[in-house]
Amino acid sequence: MTNWALIIYCGLITYLTRFSMIALIKKEMFNDRIREILSFVPSAIFPAIIFPAIFINDKGLFQVDDNPKIIAAIIAMIIGIFTRSIIATIFSGLASYWFLIFVV
Amino acid sequence: MQSNFKIFLKGIIDVSPLMIPVVPFGLIFGVLSIDIGFSPIETMGMSLIIFGGASQIVLLQLFSGGASSLVIISSVGAVNSRHLLYGAVVSEHLSDLKLVWKIIISYFLIDQAFAISNEYLKKNNNSNRYFHLVGGGVTCWIIWQSTTILGIILGAAIPEKLGLSFAVPLTFLALLVNDFRKFVNVIVIIISGLVATLGYNYIPFKAYVIVSAVAGLFTAILLTKIIKKK
Repeated sequence: MTNWALIIYCGLITYLTRFSMIALIKKEMFNDRIREILSFVPSAIFPAIIFPAIFINDKGLFQVDDNPKIIAAIIAMIIGIFTRSIIATIFSGLASYWFLIFVV
Repeated sequence: MQSNFKIFLKGIIDVSPLMIPVVPFGLIFGVLSIDIGFSPIETMGMSLIIFGGASQIVLLQLFSGGASSLVIISSVGAVNSRHLLYGAVVSEHLSDLKLVWKIIISYFLIDQAFAISNEYLKKNNNSNRYFHLVGGGVTCWIIWQSTTILGIILGAAIPEKLGLSFAVPLTFLALLVNDFRKFVNVIVIIISGLVATLGYNYIPFKAYVIVSAVAGLFTAILLTKIIKKK
């Protein structure tokens, strides 16, 4: 397969995942219970992106020792809980990560 | 009722804090793609046609690892399956729209725009509230395309040691700040995160993303049911 064909197929499948539900689901299908469950979607999906990015290293291995990302993520989380600010969370995480790899 | 443009602007303002980490993410993508051997035009093509950070990084990772096209396409599909859930969540607010609008908005249904507009759409009832989602999506589109170009141009001038890729999980962490205070959400977060970490190397085609999301949602269904019975 050429690179362009690969890119176009990946684009198509990405678009279809975005479009299919918007196209198929009707408003009448919703009720309070479904709304309640769907409100957990961010909590159910985002950790699947967060956790491996923190705990799995470049070689694809689980790494807890000598892993500044864990400490930085915990600091960011605590700041996030107290400030409820998206910017404060991101900056405190990056700042503590840089502090840990460059200063400590 | 607020004008379409005002709601569009509100979407831009609401999404802008989330754009800060998109900048390094886009740069990294551009740099990596050239490094792996894609041409500048192919790299731009990915950002324009796919327009999804996680999917594009997965594509690069697997491509550089010599994976077959079928594996790459199905992995991109698996990583993107989260959009099915986003679509399900926002479809309630878009169901009265014309098909043309649904086709356009679908292109902009990305993590960041979904995260901020989901809150807005729930709280507002005006019929033009979807302009918020368009505002967030278009903003992210502009940032993503321009940082891809920058990454292509700057190339190796950006030191890898800065660890800018860490900005990606931080963005998603920041999107959960309100959920850390709710008991059921915290359990769902832990379950989903554990399944993803443990399954990362064992669930094929990067399907760990959707497997852990489904595990998290089942946890939510169970826990909310138990709590209601009490």
